[in-house]
Amino acid sequence: MKTIMQSRRMHSFLGDPSAILGLIILLCFLFCALFAGMLAPMNPYDLASVDLANFLLPPSWMDGGMNAFPLGTDDQGRGILSTILYGLRTSLIVSVSVVTISSIIGIVLGMLGAYYGGLLDAFIMRAADTVFAFSTTLIAVLLLGMFESRGLGTVILAICIADWVKYARTIRGSVLEIKNYPYVTAAIASGARDFRILFRHILPNALPPIFVVMAVDMAVVIMLEATLSFLGVGVPLTEPSLGMMIAIGKNYIYAGMWWMVLFPGLTLIAMVVGINLFADWLREELNPKL
Amino acid sequence: MATYLIRRLLQGIIVLLAVSMVCFVMFRYTGDPVLMLAGKYATQEEREQVRVAYGLDRPVYVQYLSFLGGAVQGDFGKSYVSQISALRMILERFPATFELALVAISISFVLGVGLGVVVSIKPRGWLSRIIMAGSLFGISIPTFLIGILLVMAFSVYLGLMPSFGRGDTVQIGFWRTGLLTASGWYHIILPALTLSGYQLAVLIRLTRAGMRETLSEEYIKTAWAKGLAPHTVVLKHALRNVMIPIVTITGLSFGELIAFSIVTETIFQWPGMGNLLLTSIFETDHPVVVTYIMLAAFIILTINILVDVLYAFLNPRIRFD
Repeated sequence: MKTIMQSRRMHSFLGDPSAILGLIILLCFLFCALFAGMLAPMNPYDLASVDLANFLLPPSWMDGGMNAFPLGTDDQGRGILSTILYGLRTSLIVSVSVVTISSIIGIVLGMLGAYYGGLLDAFIMRAADTVFAFSTTLIAVLLLGMFESRGLGTVILAICIADWVKYARTIRGSVLEIKNYPYVTAAIASGARDFRILFRHILPNALPPIFVVMAVDMAVVIMLEATLSFLGVGVPLTEPSLGMMIAIGKNYIYAGMWWMVLFPGLTLIAMVVGINLFADWLREELNPKL
Repeated sequence: MATYLIRRLLQGIIVLLAVSMVCFVMFRYTGDPVLMLAGKYATQEEREQVRVAYGLDRPVYVQYLSFLGGAVQGDFGKSYVSQISALRMILERFPATFELALVAISISFVLGVGLGVVVSIKPRGWLSRIIMAGSLFGISIPTFLIGILLVMAFSVYLGLMPSFGRGDTVQIGFWRTGLLTASGWYHIILPALTLSGYQLAVLIRLTRAGMRETLSEEYIKTAWAKGLAPHTVVLKHALRNVMIPIVTITGLSFGELIAFSIVTETIFQWPGMGNLLLTSIFETDHPVVVTYIMLAAFIILTINILVDVLYAFLNPRIRFD
């Protein structure tokens, strides 16, 4: 039964060129991020390998460019290509951590709330209303504005504080529906314990919509991290980040130095478009209503 | 309805209280307010004086209540940096942000719904495909990047558009408007486009999805069968029903608009609240940050309640019991 399911899904996936394109883009970026240390011509955050004399060089095919820096350098003499590769790593670490942590918290709390109702459920619904009213972006900006020190950890924490609600609300809807199905009643009647009913019987059927939310959320968090770093409340100056590269490059666009903005910008767009293409396919595939 | 309204108002007040508590904790425990008020080089005695003068020697709950009492009267203290009332500083910049948001929301609403309808009428046409691909890019480009790319294209390379400031403004009472001068409109175009980008893409997708569902309903088939003109069927019969969720979602995503206005204002040096917030964060000017948060919370919650009430008027079937 399972193999038939999988093969049907595989078939639909292979018939959708944009989904394939999306996955390929995503895998490429994942590869680049994992092996940034080997692929990058230099480590832009290792002071020994950065030479300030090479600052603001254009891409290598333009006049004054150097072959050592295929996409040019920034105002500190860091190679743009190398910084992008290391920045991808930051983007993916933040987005994968946030998606993992908030989905676990959201799924557990949402499930318990929907199954038992009561105070926990009321709390989750109010938290959801509040977070949706304020938006994750605004909450993250304001929280990071309050934090004393900023780093990768605080960025992840600030996003998670608002982000788990999305998952809790999604799973809550599914569980409320599923918990009245006859097979769940049968499990209760046969004396299964709550823990088993929740995680063995209800959870597997409530998961598909969560996968869609996770895919979309990955793209959203990548953009959010870039936005926070662009504003200067995200990762510190000592960490590579696409958003911060663009913030630095912004000061030089009037001098005609477009490469500091355009290359990291295009990388960011390509990554998010890739994830969204894949997420679109996933939504059509897992949501029978549309 | 009345009970519902009262319940919503109570909920709103509870959320505001929660926000105020978070703000107070931040106010009190991140950074030493005494150090900030007295200055780094104050002696121990001077610090003690400041502590007593600002009531920081009282028990925490007394401090919170007096903070709350001040907040209710619109007194959030003075800015550490400029020594002016924090609320006045923010309210002075409110019109700039409000006008930017208003123009942006108008652009995204008109274009978003319009293009969404076009896509839903001919889903397989080449124009629809272009619009949908555009909307995919719209939700995939973060607002700050849209802004910078627009500046690069229209200000740096084409030299057509100004890239910072509000241009000429006119003062009417307490309101300083840029919408009454040609230069003001000229300056608002790029920031407003930037701010509208994301919501525009979302609205196209929402309208399309809603129209796709509605156009296949029975009463639409009846309308076609009666031989009504296409624009009557699409605009009067179908779109009207789709508008209800669209208006609601636009209203409810106001928090997002405020968040992205911070980004937009930074890029275009727009003299609004968001720009002030970011400066104040970097200067650890807590009273201004706290005032911004409380004001933003108040505005967002008010709009949410208004949208809910509006929803009841638009859709009489909804009963809040």
